[in-house]
Amino acid sequence: MVLIDGSRLIIESLARAGADVFVGYPITPANLLYRYAIMRFPAALSAPDEITTMQWLCGFSATGLLPVTATSFPGFALMLESINMAYMMELPVVVVLAQRLGPATGSATAGADGDLLLLRGTISGGHPLPVLAVNRLEDCWTIPPLALETAAMLRTPVVILTSKEMVMTQFSFELEKLPEVKPVNRRGCSCDDHYESYAPGDDLVPDFLPVGNSRHQVRLNASTHNRQGIIQHLSAEGLENTARLEKKITLNLSRYTRYHLDEENGADTLIVAWGNAALAAEEALERLRLGGEKVSLLLPNTLLPVPAEYPAIMSRYRRVFVVEENLSGHLRTVLFGTQGRNGVVGVNSLGKMITPEEIVAKVMGKNG
Amino acid sequence: MAESLFLSTKPLPFCPGCSHHLVVRHTAKALEQLGLKPLEVVLVTDIGCHGIVDPYFRTHTVHGLHGRSSALGAGIAAARKGGKVVVYLGDGGASIGLQHLIECARMNFPLTVLVLNNMLYGMTGGQPSSLTPCGFRTPLRPEGKLEPHYDLCRIVHSAGAEYVSRVNGTGDFSAALVEAFGIPGFSLVEVVETCTSYGLKFNPGQKTGEIAHNAGLEFGVWRNPGKSVFRLSLNTNRGSLFKESSIAVQWTAKLQNRLGILVGGSAGGRVQQAAEMLARASIASGLYATKKGTYPVTVGTGYSIAELILARQPIRYSGIEVPEVAVIVSPDGLSYSEGLLGEMKGGLLLIDEALNSPSTGAKVVTQPFVKTAGTKNAALLALLYLLKITETVPVAALLNEIKMASREGPEVASRLEKQLGQLEGKSDSNEVAKERD
Repeated sequence: MVLIDGSRLIIESLARAGADVFVGYPITPANLLYRYAIMRFPAALSAPDEITTMQWLCGFSATGLLPVTATSFPGFALMLESINMAYMMELPVVVVLAQRLGPATGSATAGADGDLLLLRGTISGGHPLPVLAVNRLEDCWTIPPLALETAAMLRTPVVILTSKEMVMTQFSFELEKLPEVKPVNRRGCSCDDHYESYAPGDDLVPDFLPVGNSRHQVRLNASTHNRQGIIQHLSAEGLENTARLEKKITLNLSRYTRYHLDEENGADTLIVAWGNAALAAEEALERLRLGGEKVSLLLPNTLLPVPAEYPAIMSRYRRVFVVEENLSGHLRTVLFGTQGRNGVVGVNSLGKMITPEEIVAKVMGKNG
Repeated sequence: MAESLFLSTKPLPFCPGCSHHLVVRHTAKALEQLGLKPLEVVLVTDIGCHGIVDPYFRTHTVHGLHGRSSALGAGIAAARKGGKVVVYLGDGGASIGLQHLIECARMNFPLTVLVLNNMLYGMTGGQPSSLTPCGFRTPLRPEGKLEPHYDLCRIVHSAGAEYVSRVNGTGDFSAALVEAFGIPGFSLVEVVETCTSYGLKFNPGQKTGEIAHNAGLEFGVWRNPGKSVFRLSLNTNRGSLFKESSIAVQWTAKLQNRLGILVGGSAGGRVQQAAEMLARASIASGLYATKKGTYPVTVGTGYSIAELILARQPIRYSGIEVPEVAVIVSPDGLSYSEGLLGEMKGGLLLIDEALNSPSTGAKVVTQPFVKTAGTKNAALLALLYLLKITETVPVAALLNEIKMASREGPEVASRLEKQLGQLEGKSDSNEVAKERD
């Protein structure tokens, strides 16, 4: 048994999965991730600011390395254009986003799950960005390698969504039970006599050759471009390429769909929780079941794009309680839209962890 | 113009008479002169008229964001073993991304940045940049730019660039490019041009060299002694983060269920370390534990709150709704926790004798923790005292953690053990633990 925080698991699993380089800068509550990465990654360096961080990462990625950074909302906001660049250039990058209470600088040392809607709108045009949440400590071990492989194989930035409570709270934990982490697959290229930087394969992802290779010319482009990577205005080929960026993320969604589902026969109530609220929801589930209630639990790891499994699961339940540490109900909005659905209830909080008792009370019809 | 290894044969896309033609031709000429092959070179461009030149180069090309090409190029250059990275940047881009240029110089990334300074933002209609000379007329400021400009070369030179040069974009400056490209680390060449569409029209009769001279921007070369070039080096043999962290079970805790403990103190009172030691001692006694900290952004002042959960069963939710035990050793800790202490309907509050006891339903025990152990060890002494009177976790387990924590640990543990003996109190027959059973 060890006493460990989620940061240590995230960084160790990423390193074992083959992440090559970490670029960091100080921001709470991601500082432990930065510190551990300096100790553990094959290479790690300190950047002066967020935009430089993401540009360096993209440069490394363009040469075939798998790069990682960690930040929180204020830093992520400054990275936004560069993340769009990575998306457009099709460069693998993993961003660990440790949420904290906003808006703006908010309360740096207070937890929150308030960035999901930002992530849904991160890519201009509404293109989906893969977002994977760590809900339980075990997820800190299994989700980062999945994020890294998704980034590498789909040639895209991927966000690992976590928060202050997971990356800074220490838990007793049995490392022996952790599954082995193997180095992730990387996108390569078997091309011999011809290569186009953005010619898609069957999975709509282009093969990858690093810039600077001696075999074929590589052209990367953040502007609308054709298969060769040459800038276009509104050519059919350019627009087709831009549309493909969205399709490749959704077409391959099943490759990175992960969730924890604990269903009970006969239950007509489902609790859906993510991030900080997930562990409280698990505890609430236990209390409810001890009290004789029939309740199921869904802890989604893959938050964006929304896997087809979630609507199918939720349609089986008359009542759905979406538990999350934000006021407006980010996941609830993502899953049900702003109009909601009959029987869908939000359990929300601002600036404090939602307690198991609050979830129990809501499910039992107390507190409104 | 003779055919170039580096360029396609298509006419370049720039306005007639624009010095960008010369920049591109001289780039190709210099690279050839250095014996480089096209696929050994990566050209990084960004937004601006220069950014449309990518298709004309036979090198690798990367077209990025406005002002960011030098940072992007830095990443590419640092990760490569050899070859050449050349970055094109406009004066607008240099203004936007000045920090990146300074970082390139400081870190000495192996690349060359060419700043195509045509003294305005051309693509967006002729707005002034930070490099536009004061008084230079542009469509946005037909009366002349009002604000001062800065000398980019001197800034980058003072940041440590190995080689910086400013050249007149109307002449043959390929020799300067050969020299810049041959620098092992970071080099920058500012090519001063006059935008043919906006600059010439609004500043008729003025020659590029005169404009630069009048603005105090002299042509020349500035050098720094060669220094270590930054290249990324991967060490795949770093040790695991898991070493030294395993805790063996050596003691037996009496706690049968779950105990939430709040420890309230001040920054500098080693509250977080004390709580972590108790968490580890609890694991060493066969329990599960969580520990989380709450504190303001200031490091050396203000409250420091630790929340501990000790339990016989695995713990999921790591928050404490209402603690069973509160340990308060400073006014900051008391002030932060007062509301929560008021919600305690039972349980135990250990509080330093110098503090006023708050309104609470908990059993209140006061002891001179600070007076006995000092502010730095009061929290530890209070937790030892808690274990002594509740017997939830053996005192020996926590003393052992204190011993192991640092080089001074054995001495600190010995002193705290003696101080613990001085405090009055006896076992409360595990009263606290029973409350949750």
